Amino acid sequence: MDDQIPRTVPIQSATFTNPINAEIRRAAATGIYDIRGGGAKRKVPHFDDLLFLGASVSRYPLEGYRERCDTSVTLGTRFAKNPIHLDIPITIAGMSFGALSGPAKEALGRGASMAGTSTTTGDGGMTPEERGHSSKLVYQYLPSRYGMNPNDLRKADAIEVVVGQGAKPGGGGMLLGQKISDRVAEMRTLPKGIDQRSACRHPDWTGPDDLEIKILELREITNWQVPIYVKVGATRPYYDTALAVKAGADVVVMDGMQGGTAATQDVFIEHVGIPTLACIRPAVQALQDLGVHREVQLVISGGIRTGADVAKAMALGADAVSIGTAAMIAIGDNDPKWEAEYQKLGSTTGAYDDWHEGQDPAGITTQDPKLAARLDPVDAGRRLRNYLKVMTLEAQTIARACGHNHLHNLEPEDLCALTMEAAAMAKVPLAGTDWYPGKGGGY
Amino acid sequence: MQTYDLEANGLSGLNSTLQSQNTETNQTSWEVVNPKGSHAIAVGLDAPIEVTVKGSTGYYCAGMNQQATIRVEGSVGPGVAENMMSGEVIVDGDASQYAGATGHGGLLVIKGNASSRCGISMKGIDIVVHGNIGHMSAFMAQAGNLVVCGDAGDALGDSLYEARLFVRGTVQSLGADCVEKEMRPEHLEVLKDLLDRAGCDAKPEEFRRYGSARQLYNFDVDNTAAY
Repeated sequence: MDDQIPRTVPIQSATFTNPINAEIRRAAATGIYDIRGGGAKRKVPHFDDLLFLGASVSRYPLEGYRERCDTSVTLGTRFAKNPIHLDIPITIAGMSFGALSGPAKEALGRGASMAGTSTTTGDGGMTPEERGHSSKLVYQYLPSRYGMNPNDLRKADAIEVVVGQGAKPGGGGMLLGQKISDRVAEMRTLPKGIDQRSACRHPDWTGPDDLEIKILELREITNWQVPIYVKVGATRPYYDTALAVKAGADVVVMDGMQGGTAATQDVFIEHVGIPTLACIRPAVQALQDLGVHREVQLVISGGIRTGADVAKAMALGADAVSIGTAAMIAIGDNDPKWEAEYQKLGSTTGAYDDWHEGQDPAGITTQDPKLAARLDPVDAGRRLRNYLKVMTLEAQTIARACGHNHLHNLEPEDLCALTMEAAAMAKVPLAGTDWYPGKGGGY
Repeated sequence: MQTYDLEANGLSGLNSTLQSQNTETNQTSWEVVNPKGSHAIAVGLDAPIEVTVKGSTGYYCAGMNQQATIRVEGSVGPGVAENMMSGEVIVDGDASQYAGATGHGGLLVIKGNASSRCGISMKGIDIVVHGNIGHMSAFMAQAGNLVVCGDAGDALGDSLYEARLFVRGTVQSLGADCVEKEMRPEHLEVLKDLLDRAGCDAKPEEFRRYGSARQLYNFDVDNTAAY
């Protein structure tokens, strides 16, 4: 009799999903929040939601493989005596020695140098290997000031004052004890094996008025030679850009929530900050309102993966982009060849993000000498070079198709949006229309 | 004695001139007149020269100093001797916030009082304050010695690492993971040397020593109430 009664189909909750429930159980078992590396994994409006329009009757294209499309960019033209000239508008973002292994940092330097672009230090200071393998090196000036010293400051080609990063705007970091080798401990003036807190705000200034004086000090120490960038995590891009300009920045680096981190709370990564796509137009607007667009360069980071992403960011007004996670993948992070070992760590290729634990099978986010030795910095550097070249070629392909002889000539008019959200954030028309939300001041 | 008129000749001229001195310079003694509260005076020096600033300064005076001895005949704004590596900085008056912040080495002497966050994130610098210090001093201090001949404000040594704190007067309150520790002979020896070098006639035995309890060195969920 019961067999004849239709059963209710089990329905999974859209609110209490299996991953959510698993996290509740994990939290209940451990009493601690989840810490991980990387950036936001949730789906947010992104460059995939934009398309290029390409040439048509009203525009004519440039010939691929024949007509030149330049890619160079100069950063730091506002005040620095020696701005940075890059062959391509794709830079390597700040990642620390400590979070990354020595061979990984060397590979980033090698790859960036071969591609004609810059790489960036991170928390913990500058290593001689990194300086030696990087033709253009940006020195991060961070709240922790770990390893910070004036000699290294003067060796840098640019200084990046880090106010925040997209993965955790308003948050600091924690390099867990298992990644603190003797060398890392010495560079940071802390005992080996303890968790090393990276402060969330600078110890000797608060607010934009102080920042202006801090930048003055840095310029005086470096004799006004090198550009000074200000990096912020994207939250209030219009005002943060305006205040960075007011404080005297040569370059503003705006990092969206897809930007990665070595380690922070998952709740922070997924719930604080705004998508990269949403921060470009307000930042550009601030520069335009102040009359310094192109004089103060804008570097966009957070989820840049392809030449199309590069071209779209630049079409929206950026002068260059910066990559971190993508560069790590290029040199071997989350490579399927380590799948068996990812499985042993309870993860899988493409999802491995426990970078803070120092057990990275790829030898990138670790200080374990045996694991680190798995990464050949020469070969990895070559892969990064290849990847950067491909991204550049892709961006050039698109620019030519839109009729531009320089990536900087890409413009918002070259774009349309696939979704209302992307149209609103990027302020480009919904595909097939001449309208985007908010156009003309309406809703 | 070389004299530099800051008002007449500008800040960058001063700093580039002082930074260009090296260990073999004959111009070892400098006087800066008319500072008038300017920021970033005598920053980034790296030679064993003596610089006397005839008046009060703004932010970051003597920032990132190496080797030089810099005396300020007045008071200083925030961040005096920030990230100092070596050398000596003496302030005849008072110091604003963040004095000696993140300093890696050298000696900072403040003859008057220091405001809040004195010695924040210090990484090996020695700081001697003849007077009192404000709240949150030695926050996240990693290494070096902070000597306070007067009183200390709230939350002294909050989240302290391995820096040693010596206070002669009262401490309003201790920060998270900062505790009073036994003053052993080796500490008295260090303290005596610092007091002598700072021109302070206080007796080492009059001080109490504070340091890290080292309970917050590795994250433990049972410690979250401490933050």
